[in-house]
Amino acid sequence: MNKSIKVAVIIPAYNEEASIASVVNAVNTVSDSNIMLTPVVVNDCSKDTTQQIIAGLNCVALNLPINLGIGGAVQTGIKYAYDNGFDFCVQIDGDGQHPPHFIPVLEKELVKNNWDVAIGSRFIAKEGFQSTILRRTGIQYFQFLLKLITGETVTDSTSGMRMMNRKTMKLLYAYYPDEYPEPEALIIYHRNGLKFGEVPVQMEERMGGQSSIQGFGAVYYMFKVTIAIIFTYLRQ
Amino acid sequence: MNRIQIFAIIGSLGFLAYVMWQIKKGKLREEYAFIWILSTFVLIVLSVWRNALEILAHALGVFAPPNLLFAGALFAVLIYLLHLSLTVSKLQAQNKTLAQELALLKQKIDRNNKA
Repeated sequence: MNKSIKVAVIIPAYNEEASIASVVNAVNTVSDSNIMLTPVVVNDCSKDTTQQIIAGLNCVALNLPINLGIGGAVQTGIKYAYDNGFDFCVQIDGDGQHPPHFIPVLEKELVKNNWDVAIGSRFIAKEGFQSTILRRTGIQYFQFLLKLITGETVTDSTSGMRMMNRKTMKLLYAYYPDEYPEPEALIIYHRNGLKFGEVPVQMEERMGGQSSIQGFGAVYYMFKVTIAIIFTYLRQ
Repeated sequence: MNRIQIFAIIGSLGFLAYVMWQIKKGKLREEYAFIWILSTFVLIVLSVWRNALEILAHALGVFAPPNLLFAGALFAVLIYLLHLSLTVSKLQAQNKTLAQELALLKQKIDRNNKA
């Protein structure tokens, strides 16, 4: 193969001034003759200096005029990737949780297994940062719920590290959930007959910023995602 | 006509005048104004014709007529709130699409300016 595969690496960023530069630079070091990675930073109307920092980096900078939340930001990146003819796009977090050297691994597995979506999972090899016990319990509950509804086992349904092909991008172009989109998106894949699977990856602890899910937010998260999963399944 | 009727009629007419004033200024869309004019009209009818509520309550088998009024009003408000929630959801979706288009266009312009 002489033509390298074009991959858009979508990095949603909200107040990530502490980590965004190193994440973008790390992505840029992964490209080789087989795979061409283009970092696409979606600045979700950050209040800090994220916009100024990404303007000076070797990346595509998409600055949202209003805060849309993670789902809206990721969808912006998907629209960019689809409109600009990328073969694949992959989402990684702006806080350095997802090491970019796993991106070619996701790509290889996706192509080899003929998947539409490849999901990076922390819980297959059980290596790297494993999150807190409370969060793992929540993730296990989603695993149970998804198994019940789709019949498929997804060990890391909240993982944001996902690679998708153009077919999937086209689907998510039209609709992608705003808040906590990851578990709900799995139902969307399932309902639309997309093939997806998990790939073992290692994740790091976040370098900066704060999780969007903590305290009372965690209860809301569980509730919202449960409702979303059930209704997305019922929707035609 | 007793005192409370006069107060009720004045209040309803004042409300009606305010709603119409907002429509005239172009601040309230007619489709939303419709429901406000309709409910004001109901209030005026009930203030002028006091027996209406009792007749209606009796016909529907409601024991205390004011309860019919409260239940009816509460239900109407609830329906209207649901309508507003639906409107807000629609606006939010449209807003999101606009913001995304804007970010993508800004990037395109910046890229062209640099080239």
